This record gives sequence, structure tokens and C-alpha cells, in this order.
Amino acid sequence: MNDMPEFATPETQGFWEGCAAGELRLQRCNDCSAWQFPPRAFCQTCRSNALSWEPVTGRGRLASFTEVHRAPLPEMREAVPYLLALVELEEGPMMMSNLVDTDASRLRLGMALEAVFGRPGLKRGPLPLFRLRDGTASEGT
Amino acid sequence: MKARAIIAGVGDTAVGKLEGSSCLALHAEAAAAAVADAGLESKDIDGVLCAYSMTMPHLMLASVFSEHFGITPSFSLAVQAGGATAAIMVMQAAALVEAGLCRNVLVVCGDNRLTGLSRDGAVAALAQVGHPQFEQPFGFSVPAAYALVARAYMAETGATPEHLAAIAVTARRHAGRHPKAQMRAPITIDDVLDSRPIATPLRLLDCCLVSDGGAALVVGRSDMARDLPRRAISVLGTGQMNTHEHLVAAPSLSEFGCKASAAQAFGRAGIGPGDIDVAEIYDSFTVTLLVELESIGFFARGEAGPAALEGALDLGGTLPCNTHGGLLSFGHSGAAGGLFHVVEAVRQLRGDAAERQVPNAELAFVHGDGGILSAHCSLVLGRV
Ligand SMILES: [Zn+2]
Repeated sequence: MNDMPEFATPETQGFWEGCAAGELRLQRCNDCSAWQFPPRAFCQTCRSNALSWEPVTGRGRLASFTEVHRAPLPEMREAVPYLLALVELEEGPMMMSNLVDTDASRLRLGMALEAVFGRPGLKRGPLPLFRLRDGTASEGT
Repeated sequence: MKARAIIAGVGDTAVGKLEGSSCLALHAEAAAAAVADAGLESKDIDGVLCAYSMTMPHLMLASVFSEHFGITPSFSLAVQAGGATAAIMVMQAAALVEAGLCRNVLVVCGDNRLTGLSRDGAVAALAQVGHPQFEQPFGFSVPAAYALVARAYMAETGATPEHLAAIAVTARRHAGRHPKAQMRAPITIDDVLDSRPIATPLRLLDCCLVSDGGAALVVGRSDMARDLPRRAISVLGTGQMNTHEHLVAAPSLSEFGCKASAAQAFGRAGIGPGDIDVAEIYDSFTVTLLVELESIGFFARGEAGPAALEGALDLGGTLPCNTHGGLLSFGHSGAAGGLFHVVEAVRQLRGDAAERQVPNAELAFVHGDGGILSAHCSLVLGRV
């Protein structure tokens, strides 16, 4: 409980509890089995209120990335340049994250990624970050 | 017969670094200019649409403005949809007039973003459009989000940094013909490619300006057109589409709501992209304009960049676009940034655009986009 980001809310608590435990968890509907992200109190697909937190593979593919040279906030200035990415999870949802243990010159869209956990800019609680899986590109673009 | 909506008057302030300017003073100056341009007095205004301010955030900006300006409108509303706001305000004003709820609706925006907030302050404030838990903690910024769109767009279409740069160079060339533009010195493709990286592949000159400034217009009824001091401009078609706010929730990284928004506006006007003489399209970043030009149907997928390199968007090109210089070179002071596009379209259609005039411009297309290609609004304007 105490290793969660200060901004966690009741609707997102399950997500951040997963991160604190080193596991990526997404909301899944008990009635229609749809995954959803970001979390909310109801299933956006069938409007059911019966949702569970389920661990996911943590695997995805690189949908896009940028190397950020200008920090949006003064407290992030020491972190530049950093890699901001969109990751399309195997289960479907898109996540924004940072890429770690790599550099921009190695990256190609479609590369296979996996989640790791760390806290680049937060006082409390790990964030889900991503790194290259085996350093190889998956099929497709 | 049902009244049609016209734009009866337009006004704008100086743009750029305006020491001593304020949100309300810029509103009032632009509003007074637009009311006078329409040949009206402030007491004739019965509807007011305001947007939002970053330097003077307020729960009731439209009420604050009306009190400050000294009017008591029977309809008043503030609109918040980022870069789509100005076009949405015109769409809403036209709907109010056509529904018979108002006779003369004042649309007014202004903010002293540059002197009141600084570029750092503006970047930080704008980052709020990122999701507070699932985007912002990773260092989200608006330029970074558009950079993510740019990377995906370039991978899909083969567009190059030179294609993006051509948009910035064209905007600057247009701005050089506008005496009020904030940045008028010509730039080259190499200047853009050599400017410092902000969020790759976007560089400084791929990004819009931060400015102080204000703009306003009056939407009235077509039956007043013959009494106007200036040529009235018809609102022929309007459209809107809203698909998401946060980029992680966008239905696609290559198709955005501009397509449906523009199709709706063209459909209501009974024309198509090929009929447009001049376009004023939201250009928060070079990539924004490329994506929109193609989605809206002015160019096939991947062809807007090469066309821009060949001068298609310049005066004399197949689609003169952002003839005032756009957000990239004319100026960007919040919601007024989008309203500058509308004001320029009106001046083009009136034949008042001096050395930047598109000859015989009869039909104009205006588009605004808010968030990360999230909220879209399109307008088709024409000579009465
Ligand atoms: Zn469901």
C-alpha cells in the first residue's frame, strides 16, 4: 500500500498495486472478457460493473517512440534526453511508458518489448517501464 | 425563410511579445475591433462566446469578459476544447443565429501566453492534457505526443524530415507577407533540420510559437448582409468529431477525427475538398498539418509532404494554406491561435489580404484540432 504513487485513485489502485508487486495487471470484464486501459469503474465495452484485475504478459510491441530533449517540467530537466514510447500490449490496450536499457539508434517500430519496473521520477511507487525483448524485432512494421 | 449565419466582422490585436498586455485587455481590444468592423455597437451584441485563459484561469470567463467589456448578453458561454475551440465557437455561434436564439454573437479569444506565462510555463501548463497517471509520470509533453504521432506517420507514409520542414518553411514564407506576423524572417529547409531537437523527430522549427494576442469576430444573420460596411462571409458548412482526449486512448495513430469532421462540413456545404480556394488549418506542429491535409482529403496519403516541398501550399500553389503564417510563424496565443485562422479566411474571402491575397478566393476551409488530434472542428466559409 505504501509503495504506490501518491496519485493512485480507487479506480486505478489495482494497477499500481500490481506495479508495486512487480507485475503488470490490467482490468478485465467478468461478463464480456474485454481488457481495458486506462482503468475505470465500469466495462467500456458492455457497461458491466463486474471487473477484475488480472496479470498480463507484460509483452508488447513498439508502436511509436520519441527521444525527448525538452522536459515539460523543471524537475525533469536532469532526465533529458529520455525515451517516451507507445507500447501496444499483447492483450490489446496501448500504454505510454519509458524505454530503458537501450538507445534511440537501436529502435525500430514493431520491436518486441517487455515490462520492467522502476521509478525514474517518482517519490513513491514503481512505474511500468519497457525494454527490448531479446533485442529483436517482431513481425510487421 | 431560415436565417443563415454570416461572419459580419473580424478583429485582431498585435501578436507576439506584447509587454503590459493582459488576457482581458486583449479580449476587449479584439472585440471592439470586430464589432466596429461589423458596423455594430457593443449594445447590439446579444450573444458572447469566450474560450479559456492560461494566464487568468477563471470559472466564468465569458461573464468576466462581458462585465469588463460592458455588455449584458442574453446568451453567454465559455468553450474549452484546446485548439479546436475557435472553430467550435464559430460553429456554435452559427447554430445560435440559425436557431433564432441570437442576432449578433461575439466570438472572442485572447491571452498573454508569452509575457504572462513564458515558453517554459506554457509547455508545463499544456502538459496537463496528458493523462495524470498514465502519461504525465513518464515525461509527457504536447510536443512529445505529436512526435509520437510523427514517428508513426513517417513510418507508414515514408515522409521525411524534409517533408515536415517544408511545412515550416512555407508557413514562414506566408508570414513574411503579413505585417503583424511574429516571425517574418525567411527560413530554409536546412534551418529547420539544424534547429535543436525538442522531441525527435520534431525540432524547434517544427513547433508552433508562443505568443500574446487576441482575435474576435461577430456572427450575424444573412439578412443583415446588405447593410454591412464590409463584404459578409457565409458559414456554409460546419462539422465536428471527438474521438479521445488522451493519446493512449486514440482509436488509431494514423486515422483521426479530422476526416469525419471535414466530411460533415463539406457535406453540409454541398462541396468537396477540390472546390476550396484557400485553407487555414491548425498547425500546432508541422506534422499536425501533414496528417490533417491528408485525412481531410486535400492530398492522398503520404503526398502532402512532397507537395509542400514543391510549393503546393504557397501562394500560386494548388492549395494556398495558412496564408497568414499559421501557428508556426504568425503566432499562437491559445484559443486565439485558432481564431487567427478564421480571421485570415475571412480576409481572404473579402479580398482584403493585400500581398498575400489568393486571387478570386471564393471558398475557404478552416480546421481546428485540440489535444493530441483529439477534438476536431471544420468550417467551410464562402462569399455571400
Ligand atoms: Zn464487459
